[in-house]
Amino acid sequence: MLEVQNLSMRFGGLLAVDQVSLDVQEREIVSIIGPNGAGKTTVFNCLSGFYRPTGGKIIFQGKEIQGKPDYKISRLGMVRTFQHVRLFSSMTVVENLLVAQHRHLNTNLIAGLLKTPDYREREKKSLERARYWLERVGLIDLANRESGNLAYGQQRRLEIARCMVTEPKLLMLDEPAAGLNPAETKDLNQLIVSLKEDYNVSVVLIEHDMSLVMDISDRINVINQGRPLASGKPEEIRNNDDVIKAYLGEA
Amino acid sequence: MAANNVRHAFFSALITLIISYPILGLNLEAQGISVTLTGADTSTVIAIFIAVIVVFVFQLFRERLMDKIRELPILSARAHKEPMAENKRAKIESWIITGIVVLALFWPFFVSRGAVDLATLVLIYIMLALGLNVVVGLAGLLDLGYVAFYAVGAYTFALLAQYADFSFWMALPVGACLAALFGLVLGFPVLRLRGDYLAIVTLGFGEIIRILLNNWTTLTGGPNGIGGIPDPTLFGMEFGRRVKGEGNTSFHDTFGIAYSGEHKVIFLYLIALVLAVFTAMVIRRFMRMPVGRAWEALREDEIAARSLGLSRTAVKLSAFTIGAFFAGFSGTVFASKQGFISPESFVFLESAIVLAIVVLGGMGSQIGVILAAIAVTILPELAREFSEYRMLIFGAAMVLMMVWRPQGLMPMRRIHIELNRQE
Repeated sequence: MLEVQNLSMRFGGLLAVDQVSLDVQEREIVSIIGPNGAGKTTVFNCLSGFYRPTGGKIIFQGKEIQGKPDYKISRLGMVRTFQHVRLFSSMTVVENLLVAQHRHLNTNLIAGLLKTPDYREREKKSLERARYWLERVGLIDLANRESGNLAYGQQRRLEIARCMVTEPKLLMLDEPAAGLNPAETKDLNQLIVSLKEDYNVSVVLIEHDMSLVMDISDRINVINQGRPLASGKPEEIRNNDDVIKAYLGEA
Repeated sequence: MAANNVRHAFFSALITLIISYPILGLNLEAQGISVTLTGADTSTVIAIFIAVIVVFVFQLFRERLMDKIRELPILSARAHKEPMAENKRAKIESWIITGIVVLALFWPFFVSRGAVDLATLVLIYIMLALGLNVVVGLAGLLDLGYVAFYAVGAYTFALLAQYADFSFWMALPVGACLAALFGLVLGFPVLRLRGDYLAIVTLGFGEIIRILLNNWTTLTGGPNGIGGIPDPTLFGMEFGRRVKGEGNTSFHDTFGIAYSGEHKVIFLYLIALVLAVFTAMVIRRFMRMPVGRAWEALREDEIAARSLGLSRTAVKLSAFTIGAFFAGFSGTVFASKQGFISPESFVFLESAIVLAIVVLGGMGSQIGVILAAIAVTILPELAREFSEYRMLIFGAAMVLMMVWRPQGLMPMRRIHIELNRQE
C-alpha cells in the first residue's frame, strides 16, 4: 500500500534522513522507533508532504507522491497526527471534526448560501460521522466544548477522531502515547488495534513507549541517526544486538 | 501594602495633573502676530485640583470601594445567575434583532436629516467592519490596507458614472466584483506572509491605491476628486428637484407630493440599511458553512489545517476576496451618499478605524462588530461639545475598553451544534 524507497532528506549540511526504506501493507501496523533525534518525525514530515524529500521515492497505492503538497497527500487518504497536539483550540469539538471533513463537503459558496439539497445532505452526513466518532472515542458529552479546554488525553483522542472522520486509508501517528498515563495508554492501544481490525486502516506509528510498540506492531523499523538500523517483527527487534546497542550505548 | 497603595495613588494623581493641566489650565492666545500663553481662570484651576484629589482618594481606597460595589445586591444576584439555555437564547436573540431592524426601517421618518445622514455613515462602517471581520476576525489575516478595496468600490462607481453613465444599481455589483478581483490579486503575493509581514504589505497596498488615485490625474482627477456622482434611483424615479437622467421621472412628481431634500437622505439610508442587513446575513451564513470553518481552522493552526486537506491558497484567497467584495459594496454606497469623492477619503486612518471597530467589537463576533461600529462612529459626534478634546475622549474610551475588556464588546460565541445521539 505504501512503499518508501531510499528516502533521504538533507538540511544544508545535515543529512537528517539517509536512505530509509519502508513498506506498509493493507491492514498492518508498522512502527518506527529510534533514539531521540534519529529522524523519525522528519520521515513523517516527508511522507505527509510538509518537507520535499531530497531523494528517494514514496509510492502510495501505486502512485508516486513525493514532493506533492501536503493537502493533496492528505486528500489521497494519508492523514497524520502530531507529536504535540494540534487542535483548532478555540473551535468546539464538533467543529474540529467538521473542518476535517472539508473535502467531503459541498464547498461551493452559492450552494451553501442557497442550502441546496446536495449541500444539506453532505452536511448531515458529516455531522453523523462526527457523532459516530465522538461516541467511538468517548467524547460525545463534550461535543460543544472548546477543544482547547479538554484534558490532554481527551485532546489526543480527539486528534485521532479528527483523522478518522476524513476516512483515511493510512493513518500516521506521531507519538500518540506521549503524556498519557498507563490507563490511557491501554485505551489507546485498543483503539489503534480496532482502527486496523474494524476500519481497515493501516497505521504507521512513531512511539517511545516500548510496551505499546511491542504489543500492537506487526512490524518495526528502527532508525538511528537518520539511517535504517533494523527492521522486522517485534520479537526479532527485541533481540537484535544493534538495536540494543543503539538504545543503551556500547557496553 | 498600604505604602504601595499610597504610592500608586500619588502617581495616578500626578499623571492626572500632568495630563489635564496643560490642556485645560493653559491657553494659547493670539495677540496680533505673536502668540502668548495665559493661564486659565481660577475656577478651572480649582476644578483640576479637585479632580486630582478625587483620583488620589479613589486610588487610595480603590480595593475597598470595588469590594463594596461587588457586594451590592443587584450586582451579586446577576453574577450568580445561571446562563440561559442555548436554544432559548438563540430564539430571543433572533426576535430582538428582527425588532431592531424593523425599528431601524421606520426610524428615519421621525428624526432630523442630520441624524439620518449620520446613521447612513454608521451603516457604511458596519458593512466595512463586517467585511474586515472576515479577513481579520475569522481568517486571522491582519489587513491594514482594507481601505483600498473601499476606494476601488467608490472609484469604480464614480468613474463608470462619469464615463459610461452607469446608474447606482448597475455600478453596485460591478464595484463590489472589481474590489473582490483586487482582493484576489493582492491575495496571491501575500499568501505566504503571516502576522506583521502581512500587515506591512497590505498597508503598502492601501497606500499604493491611494497614491495612484491621487496621481493619475487624467483618469481620476487626482486630488480634485470626482464630483457629480448620481444618486440612486427607485425604479427610474430620481430624488432630485429636477430630473437629470433620460427616461427617468422624479419621485415627488410621481407621488404628487411636495419636493423635499429629506426624501433622498432617507432613501439612501434605507438602501444602506438593506445592504448592511444583506451583508450581515450572507457573512453569517458563510460562518456556518465549510468555508467559514476553514477560515477559522487556518487561523487556529495552519499546519493542522493543511494536514487535513485544506488548501491554504484557496482558503486565504476566499477570505481576502469576500472581505474585499463587501468593502467594494460599501464603497459604492459611500460614493453615492457623498456625491463627490477624492483620495482624501481613503487614507490609512480609515483602515485603522475599521480595524479598531473589529477589535473593539470582539474579533469574529458580528453583533459585537455592529455595536462597535455604531459606537465608534457616533461617539466623536456626540462628543462634539467638547470640541478639540473629543478625539482625546475617543482615545481614552478605546484605551479603557482594551484594559477592561480586551476580548471586545461581545466576544464571538461558538455555534452550538446539536447531534442526534443514538443511545
